[in-house]
Amino acid sequence: MKAAALRTPPLLVALLVLAMLAVFALSVAIGYASLDLGTAFGDLLAGRPTLPALVLWELRLPRAMLGALVGFSLGLSGAALQGLLRNPLAEPGVIGVSSAAAFGAVLTFYSGLSASFALALPLGGIAGAILATLLLFILLGRGAGTATLILAGVALNSFAGAATALALNLAPNPYAALEIVFWLMGSLADRSLNHVLLALPLMLVGWGLLLSTAPALDALTLGEDTAASLGVDLAWLRARLIGGTALAVGSAVAVAGAIGFVGLVVPHLLRPLVGNRPGRLLLVSGFGGAILVLLADTALRLAPIRPELKLGVVTALIGAPFLFSLVDRMRREAR
Amino acid sequence: MTIEARNLSIAFGSKTVLQDVDLDLRPGECLGLIGPNGAGKTTLLRILAGLARPAAGTLRYDGQSAAALGRPALARRIAYLAQGGEAAWPLSVEAVVGLGRLPHRRPLAGAKPDDAAAIMRALQVCDVADLTDRTLGTLSGGEQRRVLLARALAVEAPYLLADEPLAGLDPLHQLEVMELLRRTARRGAGVVVVLHDLTLAARFCDRLALLDHGSLIAAGTPAEVLDDTQLAAVFGITALRGSHEGEPFLLPWRAAPDGTDDDER
Repeated sequence: MKAAALRTPPLLVALLVLAMLAVFALSVAIGYASLDLGTAFGDLLAGRPTLPALVLWELRLPRAMLGALVGFSLGLSGAALQGLLRNPLAEPGVIGVSSAAAFGAVLTFYSGLSASFALALPLGGIAGAILATLLLFILLGRGAGTATLILAGVALNSFAGAATALALNLAPNPYAALEIVFWLMGSLADRSLNHVLLALPLMLVGWGLLLSTAPALDALTLGEDTAASLGVDLAWLRARLIGGTALAVGSAVAVAGAIGFVGLVVPHLLRPLVGNRPGRLLLVSGFGGAILVLLADTALRLAPIRPELKLGVVTALIGAPFLFSLVDRMRREAR
Repeated sequence: MTIEARNLSIAFGSKTVLQDVDLDLRPGECLGLIGPNGAGKTTLLRILAGLARPAAGTLRYDGQSAAALGRPALARRIAYLAQGGEAAWPLSVEAVVGLGRLPHRRPLAGAKPDDAAAIMRALQVCDVADLTDRTLGTLSGGEQRRVLLARALAVEAPYLLADEPLAGLDPLHQLEVMELLRRTARRGAGVVVVLHDLTLAARFCDRLALLDHGSLIAAGTPAEVLDDTQLAAVFGITALRGSHEGEPFLLPWRAAPDGTDDDER
């Protein structure tokens, strides 16, 4: 028996990183305007403000970067929350922060603020996520259990959902309502480097918090008492997971809208490859999420469908059949 | 080197669960915690393990409080085997037992060579070394219990607290687990085990602590604690006594005639 058996398999991580870089390159290479990538990179590095360099810098790279960042956040938080709740059906949305972020962004549409400056929308989303997280911490207090967390998440989700519906209901005109509905479907189109710069620092902190929980999540496999007896501070563990998810997923929703299923499906697919260990699943799920979102975003640009399909729609279309297959597998295993 | 509990009390809502319990655990002894359902055995064990805080009373581990020791040091000092043993994910046996080394790991550091050695010792002591690549869910109930016990032993802590480790085991594995706990004590650890089987408790434990309705009724050798008055008063039973192969044994026989089952108290 080797001591290395207790660590994340480096080969799997290396393969996922390579795959992510490949789909990242694919995502940069593919777009609506034909782009000579060689010229574009050459001009960009030489500092020549030519059209190819601008397309690369202003459109292609931010879109691919956001795809990777959002996907990594969703995959990582999904795996972390499944580990915390000890339930394969948990996803980043369960704690309610993503719907609150969506509502925050919708409010900027509704108030017309989003038209006044470009980053109003993501800032509104982040404000929604922060408020929801504070509310969650107040509701839970110190030492509240997992069931309380799920209940608080349900309450937050229904409140934010109802408030979003109310904004739609009271929308000043059909066009405004349509704009909100389209935004809610999630997309990476027409994002700029400013979106990347806004989301990246928050996500990095969130990822750090989530990745730090790996050993505790492994211990939690055997129940809360066993984990606590192994030295895990359960209240601090929950706080890191809630805070980390709020930062990572809150900013993901703020810059890209609601993108479902990634946080649910990716940990499921990768779990067997890491010996079902929730701690090891974290990093690989992050890379897996990045790959899935980049792939979906590339596929929708390749598909001959205009107007462009929304990213959240594509991930849901991929995710739903996967859930059906899961139902089938569970039914057969139950026999 | 002892765990010293003085005047431990705790209540859940209006229900008193423990009332002024004093208990000492010394290294090298196997202490059985017995009492009827709802007597407070699990709560007392969780408090001793530092998993629940008593409302009143003091608890000292080798002279130090849990707060003074700190969470990581306490985790290295006390191994806790919880009741049941549902694993949320189908981990391999090796991974499960490896969790016992978590208290010895520094943040961000990987496993050390002595971790692997400790895991191997625990696997061998519990006779599950040939199961390392299997997952918990594919094992029989007895094998699962022994793997979870190996997880607790892998901590290599000076104290081991086990909550009903015999639940769901067949007679052979009950005897094997009790033998294992006694051996662990002989090697110098202080062992507390919650038991329902009075025969096994009397046979394998050095001392017994009898709880009823949250109070410590008696503590001492099995012969002192399990006398006829106590059995009738606390458990509402009479017992058959005898000796076999030179060892005394006790066998719960029938409900006590005057029905002193005092659940109405």
